[in-house]
Amino acid sequence: MNLDFSQIVPYIPFMLEGIWVTLQFVIVAIIVGFVLGTVLALFKIGSIKILRRIADVYTSIFRGTPLILQLMIIYYAAPQLLDYDISPFLAAILGFGLNSAAYVSEIIRAGIQAVDRGQTEAAKALGIPYRQMMIDIILPQALKNILPALMNEFITLTKESAIVSTISYLDLMRRAQVVGANLYRNFEPLLFVGLLYWSMIMVLSLIGKWIERRLNVSD
Amino acid sequence: MIKVEHLSKTFGNNEVLKDISIEINKGEVVSIIGPSGSGKSTFLRCINLLEQPSKGKIFVSGQDLTESKTNVTKAREKIGMVFQHFHLFPHLTVLENLTYAPTKVKKMTREEAEEKGRTLLARVGLAEKETAYPNSLSGGQKQRVAIARALAMEPELMLFDEPTSALDPEMVKEVLDVMKDLAHSGITMLVVTHEMGFAREVGDQVLFLDEGRLVETGEPKAFFENPQSERAKDFLAKIL
Ligand SMILES: Nc1ncnc2c1ncn2[C@@H]1O[C@H](COP(=O)(O)OP(=O)(O)O)[C@@H](O)[C@H]1O
Ligand SMILES: [Mg+2]
Repeated sequence: MNLDFSQIVPYIPFMLEGIWVTLQFVIVAIIVGFVLGTVLALFKIGSIKILRRIADVYTSIFRGTPLILQLMIIYYAAPQLLDYDISPFLAAILGFGLNSAAYVSEIIRAGIQAVDRGQTEAAKALGIPYRQMMIDIILPQALKNILPALMNEFITLTKESAIVSTISYLDLMRRAQVVGANLYRNFEPLLFVGLLYWSMIMVLSLIGKWIERRLNVSD
Repeated sequence: MIKVEHLSKTFGNNEVLKDISIEINKGEVVSIIGPSGSGKSTFLRCINLLEQPSKGKIFVSGQDLTESKTNVTKAREKIGMVFQHFHLFPHLTVLENLTYAPTKVKKMTREEAEEKGRTLLARVGLAEKETAYPNSLSGGQKQRVAIARALAMEPELMLFDEPTSALDPEMVKEVLDVMKDLAHSGITMLVVTHEMGFAREVGDQVLFLDEGRLVETGEPKAFFENPQSERAKDFLAKIL
C-alpha cells in the first residue's frame, strides 16, 4: 500500500477553490438550460408548427451527439468562424446550457402534458389568457410532478461538468490533474476531488428533497 | 340571452350535434337531459367555445361568439362553468381559487377579490375552509368551491355539466341546494343533469337531446307528465 495524503495538503486550498469555479459555471448553465428548456417545451406543446419543428430539431441534435463534441465545437468554432476568442467559461456555459436545455425541454413537455386537461379547461372557462394560465396554473403543477427528474438532470450536469477540463477550464477535475502532475502522484488528488464532487451532489440532492417537501404542502 | 342557430358539431366524421336551434331568456334555468353520448356535454361546451362549433352561430348577450373577430377569452369571463370533476386548482388554497381569476383577469384589487371570495364561500357554506387546499375537501365541498369560483367572476350565465354525477350520494343534496339557491337569484343557468327532481322542480325549461338532435323542449311539468316524442317516452320510462 503506497498512499500518502500528506503531500496533497499544500494543494488543498487550490483544489477547494475548484468547487466554486465548478459551481459558478454549473449554476449559470443550469439556469440557461432551464429557461431555454422551458421555452422549448412551450414551443413543443404550442400550436405554431414552425416553432414545434425548431424545438424538435434542436432537441434531436443536442441529444443525438456527444456533449464533449458539442463543447469542443463551441470552443474551437467560435474563434475560427466568428473570429471571437471565446473564454473557456463562456464556452462551458454555452455547451452545458444548450445541451441541458434539450433534456430539460423533454422533461418539462412531459410534465405539462401530464397535468390534467381539466385544468386547462377550467382556466379557459374562467377567461384566463393562455400566457397567465401557463405561468400560474399549468407550469407550477407540471414542475411539482417533474421535480425528481429535473433534480436528476441537474445532478448529471454537475457530474458531467468535469469534462470542461478538456477545454482547459480550471475546474475541480482539472485542478486534480494539475496537482497530480506536480506531485507525480495522481491517485490522492483524484480521490480528494472525488470526495468533493460527491459532497456537492449530496448537497444538491438535499436541496431537491427540501424543495419537494415545500411544494407538497397542498397535498 | 342565448340564441343558438343551426349549431352542428362533428368530430372527424362523427356528427355529434345536428342542427340545433334554441333561444334561452335571461334568468331562465334550463335542464339538458338525454342518454349518455347524446351530445349534452358537447352542446354545453360549444356555448363557451371549449368546443369550436362546426356550423351555426351562438349568441350570448347579443354577441356572436362564432364570429372570427370575437375575443373568445374575453367573452368567457361572462360565462361561468362547473365541471363534473370540479377541476379546482390544486396548488392554490380555496380562497386563492376564488380570487385568482378576478384579480388577474378582471383586475380587481386583492382586498376586493378576497372580500367577494369570502362572501361567496359563506354563501356555499364553506367560510371556514378558505385556507384549506382542494385535496383536503370532500367531493361535495370541492364542487361548492368550484361553483363559488365561477361566481367570483360575476358571470351572466352559468353552465353546469353533470355537477353531481361524480359525487357520493350523500353529497348530492348539498350541491343541489347551492344550485337551487342560485337558480332563485335570477342568473341564467344551463344544467346538464341526471337529477330529474332538479329538472322538474327548479328548471323553467327542459331540453331533451338524443343522438345529437334536440328532440323535444318544454316546460318541465308538461315534459315529464306528457312527453311528446317516442324517444323521450323511452328515456323517461328507463330512468324514472
Ligand atoms: N373531443 C372529442 N373527440 C371525439 N369525439 C368526441 C369528443 N367529445 C365527445 N365526443 C363524442 O361525441 C359524442 C357525444 O359526447 P358528449 O357530448 O360527451 O355526450 P354526453 O355528454 O351526452 O354523454 C360521443 O359519441 C363522444 O364519443
Ligand atoms: Mg357528458
